[in-house]
Amino acid sequence: MARTFMKGSEAVAEAAVRAGCRFFAGYPITPQNEVPEYFARRLPEVDGVFVQGESEVASINMVYGAASAGVRSMTSSSSPGVSLKSEGISYCAAARIPMVYCNFQRGGPGVGAIQPAQQDYLQATKASGNGGFEMMVLAPSTVQEAVDLTYKAFDLADRDRNPVLLLADGVIATVMEPVELPEMKSDEEVQKIRDSKYSWACVGHKLDYANRSWIQPGQWDTVKMQKENEIAEELYKSWEKDVMVEEYEVDDAEIVIASYGISARIAKSAVEILRKEGIKVGLIRPITVHPFPYKSFENLDYSRVKTILDVEMSIPAQMIQDVELGVKGRCPIETCLVSGGNIISREAIIDKVRALVGKEA
Amino acid sequence: MEQLLYKRTDYIQEDKVSGFCPGCMHSTAMKVIGESLEELGLVDKSVSVLGIGCCGLHMDYMAADTTTAPHGRACAVATGIKRVSPDSLVYTYQGDGDLASIGLAETMSAANRGENFTVIFINNGIYGMTGGQMAPTTLVGMKATTAPNGRNPEEHGYPMHVCETLDKLTAPHFLVRTSLNTPGNVLKTKKYIKQAFQYQMEGKGFSMIEIMTSCPTNWGLNSIKALDYLEDSMIKEFPLGVVRDLG
Repeated sequence: MARTFMKGSEAVAEAAVRAGCRFFAGYPITPQNEVPEYFARRLPEVDGVFVQGESEVASINMVYGAASAGVRSMTSSSSPGVSLKSEGISYCAAARIPMVYCNFQRGGPGVGAIQPAQQDYLQATKASGNGGFEMMVLAPSTVQEAVDLTYKAFDLADRDRNPVLLLADGVIATVMEPVELPEMKSDEEVQKIRDSKYSWACVGHKLDYANRSWIQPGQWDTVKMQKENEIAEELYKSWEKDVMVEEYEVDDAEIVIASYGISARIAKSAVEILRKEGIKVGLIRPITVHPFPYKSFENLDYSRVKTILDVEMSIPAQMIQDVELGVKGRCPIETCLVSGGNIISREAIIDKVRALVGKEA
Repeated sequence: MEQLLYKRTDYIQEDKVSGFCPGCMHSTAMKVIGESLEELGLVDKSVSVLGIGCCGLHMDYMAADTTTAPHGRACAVATGIKRVSPDSLVYTYQGDGDLASIGLAETMSAANRGENFTVIFINNGIYGMTGGQMAPTTLVGMKATTAPNGRNPEEHGYPMHVCETLDKLTAPHFLVRTSLNTPGNVLKTKKYIKQAFQYQMEGKGFSMIEIMTSCPTNWGLNSIKALDYLEDSMIKEFPLGVVRDLG
């Protein structure tokens, strides 16, 4: 199939349209402004709807509304904007509304820096809003992967009736790369997807209390509320089957790098160089950061693995908390970190690994 | 010969009895909304978006499609629903704290875009469900749990007039303030709601029906005295009538 040279943010938007997304609402924030801009041009071509919300808060709630009416819907933002969306995300999770949203992370906290970072890992994977809900969180390391995961995210959201988060960063948003775009769903397929949600979607039903659509982001009754949470927990547990992870040169590795997203891509190229020097180093790259591939770390042979090196564009390190849950104290975990919108350098990773094995450059 | 003169709207679930406080007008508001939808043949097309607070209690009574928005966000949620379902009859049902305080940005922006849905705004000048805190529409001097000495303009500003504020915008089509304090006003309110729903089905854009109601529980008045206060104080501050009707 032909490949297209595209900016990450636009490629993500096009992938969403091809997956059947027909509603997008968003608010400007760097570094992902090309996402709403692309949707503004593209959605009218496919009878979709683009709305520039008056805020991130309004945008996520427009998505809550459109998705409640059965349409594949999406919003996108960057770190501080995602915090503003937390309320709406929690409501979608509570009401079991499928929708997809992207966080092209930048430096934080606060308004932070507009450059790429991975400062929102814990927010994304542990608590994207009040109430203890969970979402699948997909973390691409290339534009191609961002495209593929965006396409898949809509299927996962619909399958589970739950929000799905694409956790990317400012690099993925702004870099241009050749990508193979997924197949465009036909109008009939898009309509069929919407029709499949008729039983629960707020589209106007025949007057019938038993069969009405009732989008309910909570319960008055404590017994019912607990039941809802128990049902949700069952869903979250079922995601173990959905874990996606890339293990690269891990089989004989004595040093295993743990890294995700853009920093993992840089770390992978560091592994290639270090391997040529005869250093036994590998990489575990979670693609789903939630559910996290704990087993990849649990199953390592710790008579061989001497050190785990956690590589993140976040200070303090955040994913390291999940890595520790997999390693369970069986070997030391070192870190190689940058923050504030700085992109991690391959040389820094290489130097750190060399130092760990006691080898000079 | 038996003749059916009146029956309860099917919009309200058959087996439900009102659990609202004595003297509360929410159940009357629901009745006139239901009757309006039935008479226009729009019940099967209706989707409501409820605000947080006592407005959200409507979910327990209604027999049609409904959703609850986060506090203040009903106009944003309704925007999403209506834009992807232009044939649905979409209305929000919000109180004064929801619509005019935490949700002011969503309300103003939806009105300014001329979104083609109807806002039903229940204004009783106080936060009901949370127990009587000051609202943007609380009258000067009126006591609230968070303004124990009464609303003081020097500290709290003045009651917010939402219809008149929205009237400064170009897009809104129909803005009206009404009440449910007398049988005559109940009938008028129903007439306005039907008009707003008709405008929506004709694609004419944003409409808001502001309904002045009482909250005897949090006003600390019995039902009869609350009616007097509504008439003598609330409606004096918020005069009834059509603020804008572009026809």
